Amino acid sequence: MLAAVGVRTVDELLEVIPPHARRPSLDAPAGLSELEVAAEVVALASQDRPAGNGPFFLGAGSYRRYIPAAVPALAARSEFLTAYTPYQPEVSQGTLQAIWEYQSLIAELLAMEVANSSLYDGSTAVAEAAMLAARVTGRSRVVVSASVHPEHRAVLATYAKGPDLDVVEVADEAALLLAAPGAACLITQNPAFRGDIVDLRALAEAAHAAGALAIASVDPIACAVLEPPGACGVDVAIGDGQGLGIPLSFGGPSVGIMAVRADLVRQLPGRIVGATRDARGVRGFVNTLQTREQHIRREKATSNICTNEAVYAIHAAVYLSLLGPRGLAAVAARSALTAHRAAARLASIPGCAVTNAGPFLWEFTLRLPRAAAAVRDAVLAFGIVAGHPLTGDDPNELLVACTELTTDADIDALADALTRVLA
Amino acid sequence: MRRSPESGARTAEPALEPLLVELARAGRGGGHVPDADASAVIPARFRRTVPLALPELVEQQVVRHFTHLAQLNYSVDTGFYPLGSCTMKYNPKVNDRAAALAGFADLHPLQPEADTQGALRLIWELERLLAGITGMAEISLQPAAGAHAEFTSLLMFKAFHAGRGEGARRRRIIVPNSAHGTNSSSAALCGYVVTTVPSDPRGNVDLAALRAALGDDVAGMMLTNPNTLGLFEEHLEAVMAAVHGCGGLMYGDGANMNALLGIARPGDLGFDVLHLNLHKTFSTPHGAGGPGAGPVCATPALAPYLPVPRVIRSEEGRFRLDSQRPQSVGRVRAGHGNFGVLVRAYTYIRQLGEEGLRATGEDAVLAANYLLSRLRPTFDVAFDRPCMHELVLTLAAQKSAGASALDVAKALIDEGFHPPTVYFPLSVPEAMMIEPTETEPKETLDAFADALLRIAALVRTDPAAVRAAPLSAPLARLDEVRAARNPALTWERASS
Ligand SMILES: Cc1ncc(COP(=O)(O)O)c(C=O)c1O
Repeated sequence: MLAAVGVRTVDELLEVIPPHARRPSLDAPAGLSELEVAAEVVALASQDRPAGNGPFFLGAGSYRRYIPAAVPALAARSEFLTAYTPYQPEVSQGTLQAIWEYQSLIAELLAMEVANSSLYDGSTAVAEAAMLAARVTGRSRVVVSASVHPEHRAVLATYAKGPDLDVVEVADEAALLLAAPGAACLITQNPAFRGDIVDLRALAEAAHAAGALAIASVDPIACAVLEPPGACGVDVAIGDGQGLGIPLSFGGPSVGIMAVRADLVRQLPGRIVGATRDARGVRGFVNTLQTREQHIRREKATSNICTNEAVYAIHAAVYLSLLGPRGLAAVAARSALTAHRAAARLASIPGCAVTNAGPFLWEFTLRLPRAAAAVRDAVLAFGIVAGHPLTGDDPNELLVACTELTTDADIDALADALTRVLA
Repeated sequence: MRRSPESGARTAEPALEPLLVELARAGRGGGHVPDADASAVIPARFRRTVPLALPELVEQQVVRHFTHLAQLNYSVDTGFYPLGSCTMKYNPKVNDRAAALAGFADLHPLQPEADTQGALRLIWELERLLAGITGMAEISLQPAAGAHAEFTSLLMFKAFHAGRGEGARRRRIIVPNSAHGTNSSSAALCGYVVTTVPSDPRGNVDLAALRAALGDDVAGMMLTNPNTLGLFEEHLEAVMAAVHGCGGLMYGDGANMNALLGIARPGDLGFDVLHLNLHKTFSTPHGAGGPGAGPVCATPALAPYLPVPRVIRSEEGRFRLDSQRPQSVGRVRAGHGNFGVLVRAYTYIRQLGEEGLRATGEDAVLAANYLLSRLRPTFDVAFDRPCMHELVLTLAAQKSAGASALDVAKALIDEGFHPPTVYFPLSVPEAMMIEPTETEPKETLDAFADALLRIAALVRTDPAAVRAAPLSAPLARLDEVRAARNPALTWERASS
């Protein structure tokens, strides 16, 4: 090949590089065979304690759920995994139809009119939704409730420094509704970070009365049993799709969900797949409405997103098609029923009380007689992950989650361990 | 790629594969989780009242459906995919196995640090490996992709200038006209005004135009190097000096880092902040469009502004998260970034090691120059000089002869290849950007060059035949105008 190129060494092709910088040392260790590198990563992974190693009550936005065997078997097929953005639709119909079906499934689940093909995750979806609202309303004040995941609020605060949005955080839903006048949007989360079920109709009414957009970050699985955002008048529904057949993976990758009312479709960030026909009249799918996007509009694009989380959108599509409406409702219901049994059992431990102000779904706050972080650590010694110690006003509160994987034996084990630790 | 129609599927129109809704029948499915009903614990006013019309299917139908769909895709694992600017290299399977280990895949982002030492250590080690590869001091692995990293980096620029009392004044970002679209849109998202500078006749940034555009209101410049023409900036030092000279910062878009592995380090070249695309250079599969990961790499002067949390190692060798960084721009993503992608990149780098990394860079450059040598006698090259990891042709002559870059791309499908990137960079008319990567043997490069040369000959004799391509793909060309005029974005609207 060198001869064809007309050089004797590759170095001759690199003369344009400033000589002082050429061929640096990288300070990297020597290479390994596959066998060696496989052993090395197994050794690293074995320093972690997988969530499935014992009773597990930690949620707080990421949930250990049952992943049907067919989900990774299909969605991680290498024809999906090793393709890229479907720039050439004739040879990318697999990706395009799968993503279009994801959009359809998400729209149906959230009762929204259109969904995009994915954002990075639930936290950046909050920021993208706020920026969308600012564009649509011409206003810059974004009001967000403490119901929203604290890390998502932190990401919103970071993003806000770019377009100079004025983010106002309010302590509860009542304050959120009162803050509507002059706002670009009101943002809440359902179920709330503390597990409470939130009234999205009240959110939409207050927002619309003030000309603001109603934005709800929802758990897609909860939408199988709770009134979905689209049926409550929400304008922009967002969320994290990790629960839809995607492993926890230390928090990522997952898939950021965004769905809107039809008249907001041209404001959506990111890629959108649409149905069309080919030259012979056969149905097919393409990326569409691309004049919103960075590769065409550059500094006038609705977002800078390019690479997204497509293969995890495909995971979600496979998961939803496997479970269907009955299976999805069963996942949600089983999680909720188990959580209510757990709450009753744990609240009966002396000194413990459930502190949610109203109804909760599958996650609840348990007030302990001592600092939650220390209790969590003490319970860990029994091989049980008790939940997430909250860092708000009350350091004694523990956020406890159940999913369809939580068993009655797990609840007994946690109750026994807590009783012993608190005795 | 014809297959027998699914029995009973009622497709509303001719189609390659029925929709899930067309395959579904009421009452099918179930068996994955035990049935349950939550009415007892959800107050009536909060319960779902609108129907949940998800398709009902048995597992076998779902498996065939998505298997058929997968088979309609072209992918790196099925063939040569020389998509320029995307580095579609082969992805070793051991990377995926590593990411699937229970200690990584079944790990919750909020587990106590004592239970996540392996994951935190991997993040810490990967940061060190990337620091060595790039010559940058400190790295955050939080951003989920290149564009996310660009936005993060520009927030760091903003914070840096604000810290010196120059935040209000420095409102402009310089972006070359060959830059990727994300550069301009990230800058705009950050509240900056974008000033575009042209290229010179050798494909470099036009120095005179750059100097004219600079001033004390410039926050910095975003430079892709090698640029999107596949060329190393010949005046890099002058560009650096000019931008730094007016108090601006240099941002390196490292999407093309594959060309520089072991060959040059952006940190040694003078960049203040750099992003990498792990899904390109470091062989994490592109996932039909994502996920990626976009580490942000900073010099010591910019490092205080990196996102939180950071992973730090104690004297005793324990790893923990640190959010006490008062100058940080804040958090840019929940959790710890796209950790599963980080595991793959770590595995890849450890397998290559120092020599393997250097060989990767060299082989990528050699492969592109080899293709250039095969194509140059027949095609016009946008800028005729040795390239780095990719080459950009301009097919203006073919277009005048009756077949555009798009037509040639579609004809490549009939030759069995995934087409290169076309119409990018925007600064080159009828651009065709070819990035072969280091993982293809010479036979593949030759077969691809032969195919392009055959198509070029066909353009001269029968351009209409080129315009008719593809004939062998699952579908003929799609009507994109129809898709945009009458958007059918869900199955509710598909048949209308
Ligand atoms: C040169 C260049 N810069 C930036 C990006 C954006 O990266 P990402 O798609 O990961 O957001 C890309 C790729 O798409 C690119 O090719």
